[in-house]
Amino acid sequence: MATTEDPRAERQATSTERWKEELYDATPERQGELFSTMSGVENEPLYTPDNVQLDYERDLGYPGVHPFTRGVYPSMYRGRLWTMRQFAGFGTAEETNERFRYLLEHGQTGLSTAFDMPTLMGYDSDHPRSFGEVGREGVAIDSLDDMETLFDGIPLGEVSTSMTINAPAAMLLAFYACVGEEQDVPIAALRGTVQTDILKEYIAQKEWIFPPQPSMRLVVDMIEWCSREMPLMHPVSISGYHIREAGSTAAQELAFTLADGFAYVDACVARGMDVDDFAPRLSFFFNAHLDFFEEIAKYRAARRIWATRMRERYGARNPRSWLLRFHTQTAGVSLTAQQPEVNLIRTAIEALAAVLGGTQSLHTNSFDEALALPTEHAVRLALRTQQVIAHETGVVNTIDPLGGSYHLERLTNELERQAYEYFERIEKLGGVVAAIEENFMQREIAEASYRYQSEVERGERIVVGVNRYELEDEPPLELLRIDPALERKQMERVRVVRARRDSAAVEQALAELKRSAEGDTNLMEPIMLASRAYVTMGEMCDALRDVWGVWRETPVF
Amino acid sequence: MAGKIRVVIAKPGLDGHDRGAKIIARALRDAGMEVIYTGLHQTPEQIVETAVQEDADAVGISILSGAHMTLVPRILELLRENGADDVLVVVGGTIPADDAQELKRQGVADVFGPGAPTSDIVDFLKEAVPA
Repeated sequence: MATTEDPRAERQATSTERWKEELYDATPERQGELFSTMSGVENEPLYTPDNVQLDYERDLGYPGVHPFTRGVYPSMYRGRLWTMRQFAGFGTAEETNERFRYLLEHGQTGLSTAFDMPTLMGYDSDHPRSFGEVGREGVAIDSLDDMETLFDGIPLGEVSTSMTINAPAAMLLAFYACVGEEQDVPIAALRGTVQTDILKEYIAQKEWIFPPQPSMRLVVDMIEWCSREMPLMHPVSISGYHIREAGSTAAQELAFTLADGFAYVDACVARGMDVDDFAPRLSFFFNAHLDFFEEIAKYRAARRIWATRMRERYGARNPRSWLLRFHTQTAGVSLTAQQPEVNLIRTAIEALAAVLGGTQSLHTNSFDEALALPTEHAVRLALRTQQVIAHETGVVNTIDPLGGSYHLERLTNELERQAYEYFERIEKLGGVVAAIEENFMQREIAEASYRYQSEVERGERIVVGVNRYELEDEPPLELLRIDPALERKQMERVRVVRARRDSAAVEQALAELKRSAEGDTNLMEPIMLASRAYVTMGEMCDALRDVWGVWRETPVF
Repeated sequence: MAGKIRVVIAKPGLDGHDRGAKIIARALRDAGMEVIYTGLHQTPEQIVETAVQEDADAVGISILSGAHMTLVPRILELLRENGADDVLVVVGGTIPADDAQELKRQGVADVFGPGAPTSDIVDFLKEAVPA
């Protein structure tokens, strides 16, 4: 952190203070709207060397050099652009396979899979709790059979695939590995990311199955297994995105995400793993919200904190263990249902912040997503937004082009300071899991979210089209409709799989999975065996529910 | 004291998006109402049971998962079956306009979309719940 003694501190008033008193204060400020960031970080009207202290080598350094404030790679976008990775999934594997191929044809460079709610919660499509939810917010995947359809005609040796799945991440990773095997791609050559970040589920996204302790064991099992069997896979994507969507501030997103990251590192080290054996494959996922400089500062602070702690606290020696590489998604929560075309502009600005913050991959939301899953037209515009930033704006030509901005560096330092403050509070509570069990982060987020909403309702924050510049009559938007028949189709698919498979092999695989869950051997092998026998994801989760129980939250508001 | 409006805020189905539900719950509480928040992942049966047990004047259903056309009608049906069809039902979330219209036709008192000010919801409930 930049906290060196300012040699000029004894001077009575700095030039900046004099400027403020004599010139700035001579004109009244606008009244009504707040000048703080949308997260509530106060902003001075001007930053200069008088109120920003920086040690260039220590605080910024060079791209690809510790502490990586300016970027994780020496050449950044001059070497390779970020991966344009649009999140997609709806209906059954067939519909999503079509959308994947559409995106690849239009120049997308990586795949990203959205799963439906039943899949996220570990229920098969024909489970009573899945009623009405199958294929609605993502694709329904029940067994290896669906995964085969999802990637039909897509050579897994040539794409990298991201899967937004957490509680049942191990099962979906196993299905993916099995499809690789069937395509004759060695699983060690498969590339991609599985989200697997269960801690932020308890904190924010709330799609959980098991209690935190066994969930953490499953995460560590995956990290351990991937480091051996699938070394090109990122087994965890430590996610702030959902924390922010739940209404947190930028500082909370930063702090809770990194705290979760350190909790996974602690858990792996406790398992006996060497930090340099797994840390290079940990990756991150952040939100890109509308407060432009605050977001850029957040990414820069994240890189610096991670690098510093990984080297100093965890003793990582491999420089790759110090790198915080991240995916970004523009803020779904910033999209408005009112005058939805305006969302194109919001998303473009958010995407620009992500790029100026040095993201490794990016999803841009579609303008119609405050109302429904996006149409093809809307998704294409979202992808084009990234392409315009990459090829037309010139922002990719110089690395960290805003580095050295007094305002940005001050904000980076401030977010870093707030994050360390949160780390201390979480440690005092006994660590991340204990803090979750006490609802600490959940309460902090609910407070922040209510504060922001109140500011909007008092008119201290303006949301265009919502509390100012409203339109009386808005023309209806053409929305993507998920055919309700897809639910029945998917229920039928899973029934056909159940009827067709070798039931003795299924029983045996499930018994083996339970035995392993009761003990402490790595669960990935039994999950791989079960996947090959077409045991469904829901059946595997049920077996583990029997052994581990389920998580229940005491909600706070 | 008499006249305090009792509202159950409910999250049906598997949807985990609870930012809106919590904001509404708190805004209604701040406006002097008695608020019971069910927490996440509730079945229609659980929600109706809570509404009946708590003798609620209104149930606010928050849903962003796209499953509103199956879950909300089921809640209305169960309220009727339990003789609780005098309970006012309002829905909030990502509900396309024609779905909102259909839900109102089936008995939902009103649907509040993204961006609706909490004060509108407070005013609506104060107006609609008989004192």
